Amino acid sequence: MSKTIKLKKGFDIKLVGKAEKQLAEFKPAKTFALKPTDFIGLQRPKVTVSEGDTVKAGTPILFDKAMESVQYVAPVSGEIVEIKRGERRKLLEIKILADSTISYESFDKFSEGDLGSVSKEVAIAQMCKSGVWPQLIQRPYGIVANPADTPKAIFISAFDTHPLAADHGFMLEGEDKYFQAGLTILGKLTSGKIHLNVNEAEQVPPVFANAKGVELNKFSGPHPAGNVGVQIHHLDPINKGEIAWTISPFGVAQIGKLFLEGKYDASKKFAITGSRAKKAVYVKTYMGACVDSLVEGNLQEDEKSSVAPDTRVVSGNVLTGEKITADGYIGYYHNQITLLPEGHYHEFLGWALPTKHLSYHRALGLLSFLNPKKEHVLDTNVRGEERAFVQTGVFESVTPMDILPVYLLKAIMAEDFDDMEELGIYEVVEEDLALCEFVDVSKHPVQEIVRKGLDLLQYS
Amino acid sequence: MKFLRDLLDKQKPLFKKGGKLENFYYAFEAGETFLFTPNHTNAIKGAQVKDAIDLKRMMITVVIAMIPCLLFGIYNTGHQHFLATGQTAGLWEDFGPKFLLGLQLVLPIVIVAYAAGGAVEATFAVIRKHPINEGFLVTGMLIPLVVPATLPLWQVALATVFAVVIAKEVFGGTGMNILNVAMTARAFLYFAYPAQISGDQVWTYLGDKAPVDGFSGATALAVAYNAGVDGEVATQALAEHNSSVQAGMFEFWNLFMGWIPGSIGETSTLMALVGAAILIATGVASWKIIVSGFAGAYAMGVVFNLFAGNNEYLAMPAEYHWVIGGLAFGIVFMATDPVSAAQTEVGKWIYGFLIGVLTVIIRVTNPAYPEGIMLAVLFMNVFAPLIDFYVVKANKKRRLQRATV
Repeated sequence: MSKTIKLKKGFDIKLVGKAEKQLAEFKPAKTFALKPTDFIGLQRPKVTVSEGDTVKAGTPILFDKAMESVQYVAPVSGEIVEIKRGERRKLLEIKILADSTISYESFDKFSEGDLGSVSKEVAIAQMCKSGVWPQLIQRPYGIVANPADTPKAIFISAFDTHPLAADHGFMLEGEDKYFQAGLTILGKLTSGKIHLNVNEAEQVPPVFANAKGVELNKFSGPHPAGNVGVQIHHLDPINKGEIAWTISPFGVAQIGKLFLEGKYDASKKFAITGSRAKKAVYVKTYMGACVDSLVEGNLQEDEKSSVAPDTRVVSGNVLTGEKITADGYIGYYHNQITLLPEGHYHEFLGWALPTKHLSYHRALGLLSFLNPKKEHVLDTNVRGEERAFVQTGVFESVTPMDILPVYLLKAIMAEDFDDMEELGIYEVVEEDLALCEFVDVSKHPVQEIVRKGLDLLQYS
Repeated sequence: MKFLRDLLDKQKPLFKKGGKLENFYYAFEAGETFLFTPNHTNAIKGAQVKDAIDLKRMMITVVIAMIPCLLFGIYNTGHQHFLATGQTAGLWEDFGPKFLLGLQLVLPIVIVAYAAGGAVEATFAVIRKHPINEGFLVTGMLIPLVVPATLPLWQVALATVFAVVIAKEVFGGTGMNILNVAMTARAFLYFAYPAQISGDQVWTYLGDKAPVDGFSGATALAVAYNAGVDGEVATQALAEHNSSVQAGMFEFWNLFMGWIPGSIGETSTLMALVGAAILIATGVASWKIIVSGFAGAYAMGVVFNLFAGNNEYLAMPAEYHWVIGGLAFGIVFMATDPVSAAQTEVGKWIYGFLIGVLTVIIRVTNPAYPEGIMLAVLFMNVFAPLIDFYVVKANKKRRLQRATV
């Protein structure tokens, strides 16, 4: 049965630089990259192409020796120009110089009417081969799903409450039939339900409101209400030994397009956001695009010096994203890039003087609570140093789950496996406790600790 | 401030690895981060922006919440001296001289506490190569507020050193300690030098002047306790006490205001409540502990009322327990210490309530020592992990019940 769940705990980080819901033209990106590091749990990547090879969109270029059936494919057609490796030959990026017109690998094509009769095996085989499979994420652990499993349910969060997040409704405008087709295929993969979760506070875009074969649940409340992990916790929590899958709305539409059009279409609307962005708008390009053309000429100039000041380019949002270079590539799962001022400066008595820097707390001189609706410009300064856990009760107040985050984090730090399990580590991934990392007085790398715990449980 | 920054940047290489003074890096770093927040930026992965708060700001908020108590304590120290020596009778007469005298007595204690504790912190930081703990910003202020103004300075220094070393640093520093550091300092003084921190003669500074006739120097707690022993009605005994010094000194509202002898900062319930308001409004201390602490004391007072028969102290109205002794100060500033208190939200209710209950039990039934908050807080510090253990266990159990395998 559909549910309506109101969450009270959490915190909306209001930032300057929300993307306007309109598509802007930018110089198209020349190169695109697949970054194996985007896929958590990809253990032994094996590249199947070499520099100089030409590929089409949908040509397999990588697979995981631990899960060979799942292919990771080229987002665009063109020439493999570089296979970049880091320390100990760790595979970092496979770069493709794109053709001016994209050509596609062709896969089996079905009509809308035929989709219902596609068997589970055929569906899985086509998804694995064509490169859409990694859109499916397994909980616990937040890793790429294993096609051999049958999840107890599939969860889709149709809204994103992260700071400056892209709007899923806008991203999927005009793609209703692909989204529906994707849902039909997903329905074959689980023995349970497909939960589609929407924001109660906003008008539900028709693409989600008209979806069939799903259970439409409504959530309200501040961030992290849009996090699929929080939604799972309230709808059908994961216990030890259970598996659920999650997928983004874009991923569903991509699966739908694969089956209706017979091609791997990596085109995606991305939001360009952040206080440093001159034009905060959406842009349509392909997954893994190089961001240079989006960043160059799109930075706010400093009023005084008329030179663009030091800017951090983040693939993803400010809570869970990853710093990339100005000619870096957008991550596989990311829908936005965020341009932020870097914060490497000293502040005289910055810990004691009154400040309007955004704060969830209201300690001495923190005045942002006086104006809760104001949008802030935040830079990347840590605003303090790492210390032992001192403040209590704050993590709980931004985590709308029946979980005790500090105890969980301490259990992970102590590598106490029983405690980790009992305190609910199977229910979280990094993003669910990202807000704790933001509000933490003691400046702990909370998300890193969560991942360490998950890795410990998974691999030992 | 650029010249200061330049100066620091110039000196920094001396303290860095390979520099002449590299052993003192953390002492330098403490000074540097005190003046300027560090220029560190967030990691490549994870939260790219951070909240404006840090531990220093949190701790300084607590210090600010204590300033009303400190200022009141300074004035009251002078005021009590003037009352006891018969120089003035009115509250606001001789305001300046009273304040100056108070300052003269209290300021050295504050300075000694900060200096002694700071030295210990710096030593540990240098030896163990870790940053200096901000927790001392608070401890250094708390200790002067819970001792009498007549305490010898060397005892202040000794107690501070003892508390910082034994109650905090041996456990790993701020955030790791089991016991409240300032309460440990006070307990140390109580057990090591009882003559300077208990009895009737230490609470009021007399100097070389003779007290007025009829002056006893006893605190309200001592008076209430003795009333019980002597079979007097406690409230009456309080009201009549010290009338030769000042009429109605121990009446309820005067006790609430805090114009009474006692430790420097803890006589005034009103000022403790002002501090509580600051702490709660800023979200630094848990209102749950404060509310449940007062509730616990009241509840235990009411329970004792029921059993009052041969002991008049048991019959003292429960609200008197709020205003006599250091209960209010202890609950607001000591019980709420986030490190040594219970850390779960449910646990905080239980922890605070039991501190209130225990304080009143110790006060009323312990013949040796009239104050209860000190031992109640330390006792509950020890039990806080146990309370949390059961709250966490309940959380685990909920998760386990849900499991199907």
